[in-house]
Amino acid sequence: MMQNDKLVIGGHEFNSRFILGSGKYSMKLIEAAVNDAGAEMITLAVRRANTKENESIMDYIPQGVTLLPNTSGARNAEEAVRIARLARELGCGDFVKVEIMRDTKYLLPDNQETIKATEILAKEGFIVMPYMYPDLNAARDMVNAGAATIMPLASPIGSNKGLATKEFIQILIDEIELPIIVDAGVGRPSQACEAMEMGAAAIMANTALATAGNLPMMAQAFRQAIEAGREAYLAGLGRVLTRGASASDPLTGFLRD
Amino acid sequence: MENQFLVDSEFLSKEALEKKHLLETEPASRKNHMEYLPGMEVIESEVCGQVMAQMESFNPFTYTAADVRAALAHDTCTIEDFKALLSPAAEPFLEELAQKARIETGKHFGNTVYLFTPLYIANYCENYCVYCGFNCYNHINRMKLNMEQIEHEMKVIADSGMEEILILTGESRAKSGVEYIGEACKLARKYFRMVGLEIYPVNTEEYRYLHECGADYVTVFQETYDTEAYEKLHLFGHKRVWPYRFDAQERALRGGMRGVAFSALLGLADFRKDALASALHVYYLQRKYPHAEFSLSCPRLRPIINNDRINPLDVGEKQLCQVLCAYRIFLPFVGITVSSRESEAFRNGIVKIAATKVSAGVSTGIGDHESKYSGKQDDAAKGDEQFEINDDRNFETMYQDMAAEGLQPVLNDYVYV
Repeated sequence: MMQNDKLVIGGHEFNSRFILGSGKYSMKLIEAAVNDAGAEMITLAVRRANTKENESIMDYIPQGVTLLPNTSGARNAEEAVRIARLARELGCGDFVKVEIMRDTKYLLPDNQETIKATEILAKEGFIVMPYMYPDLNAARDMVNAGAATIMPLASPIGSNKGLATKEFIQILIDEIELPIIVDAGVGRPSQACEAMEMGAAAIMANTALATAGNLPMMAQAFRQAIEAGREAYLAGLGRVLTRGASASDPLTGFLRD
Repeated sequence: MENQFLVDSEFLSKEALEKKHLLETEPASRKNHMEYLPGMEVIESEVCGQVMAQMESFNPFTYTAADVRAALAHDTCTIEDFKALLSPAAEPFLEELAQKARIETGKHFGNTVYLFTPLYIANYCENYCVYCGFNCYNHINRMKLNMEQIEHEMKVIADSGMEEILILTGESRAKSGVEYIGEACKLARKYFRMVGLEIYPVNTEEYRYLHECGADYVTVFQETYDTEAYEKLHLFGHKRVWPYRFDAQERALRGGMRGVAFSALLGLADFRKDALASALHVYYLQRKYPHAEFSLSCPRLRPIINNDRINPLDVGEKQLCQVLCAYRIFLPFVGITVSSRESEAFRNGIVKIAATKVSAGVSTGIGDHESKYSGKQDDAAKGDEQFEINDDRNFETMYQDMAAEGLQPVLNDYVYV
């Protein structure tokens, strides 16, 4: 079953359900993410790629790995659109992760502006992956605006605090037809596994790996956790009893036909 | 030498010397430092009142080890916690502060370190600030680069690999006007990805003009938030007007700048109070302008060498490290810049704890990048330096050294939109 289990975004198929964020990149991190976590998609901040540097991140991204340029640094829809177009000019392809922050302290996304940017970019043929605060109404608007996936945050970016917005991500998974990719705040493999068990389509992480003691080992741990969570989801989780034991005799056994 | 402020140049005329001495000795001869001069924009802002109220009520010597332990244990650092971390009671906990600061830096910046270089384009100055090498009574080689010379300097710097530049001038509207600086910004946009400014404070519309010319980051050092100390150190000129300087960052943000940088010159007054005020200046402005980017610098006056008397207000390396750790714990999201005034060893250490940006290939002189970078001597005039630097590593060495410390050097993380 797992062999045919592909992640499909905007018509493109991926075997891996781990996406590497690169905000805190180092070349070592990219190597580990590709070799040990099996990542097939890596985000790239256009603001960071905007460099003459010899050691450009783009040189380190192996063949076959899809670049996901992001619009970090944009404070509104207009800026995000301009950054996305710049990414296309730089040769980064049609994927774009829309990130719009009006807050430099928590880096929380602005859902309203993100909806606007999604609509403009989708019409221009981009495969738009909007990063958002998990709000069902905003997510529906993003779907209608032409989003290819929805990327809700689990907790504040970089915090490694895990699934603080779990209930709301579950609502998105239940109600939205597009793949739900949990992005930001996933700090441990166990949290990634839990999100996958819930039905998330993929996990995006950066800080959890970038700040790990042993990068390649942590990358492998994430790979295994994401695969385990996915298998558990596909297998169908057994029920979890919240209290007491289940009555062996049915409560409705007294009813006659 | 830095603390021996009052120097009479033999080149001053009798009248100039008389005026200088009068300013130094007769407080009544100096204008009111809290009063705006004509042409200075007044903005309505509550930020100054908020910062000053906190600073005035702060007594660093009332905090105890228990307060410091509590502050270190909290997930979110409150203003009271921050005060405890700045206090002398926190000095024995320096390693714990550093450990906590390092975790916060990692969460927000990973293992990256940004590199930049300053470019002084003019050193004319109309102010008499007693501690500054550029002050108008100091006999130094004055110089203002023309556009051709600026472009040449920029090419030399860009060829070294640098992508972020900070343009500086002395504080003279007459010699280095806003349009002159604007033209320099336009040139800088050709050679650099990110252009910052450290110039005299200007009005909102002038900041808007400079932003349109390509600048996106404004640095203004308040020097000291202690208005009485400020009055005694800034005796003459536009810079004497303390409140106009205080509101500079807010005007810059209203003018459309992406980010603003702050600092006191630690050691001019009580450095703990100045550190508190600098950070709160950021804290309250961030609440008002949450989209803006903020950063803190940390210049200091060094303690006098061979001074037997230990002054509790001296800013040694340990105190500076304490301040930077406290900044990081209180404001985990802000950039922290450490200049080449600090030693190589200090900068190599602090980038692993709290700092996120260092300068390299620095000259604080005017028009001397080519001779400094290539060793090539020429006959062209040079302007004198504002201060001596301590860490003279060039771009390439700094890049390699940062990588050797296990950090990822970043030359640009910015796109002008």
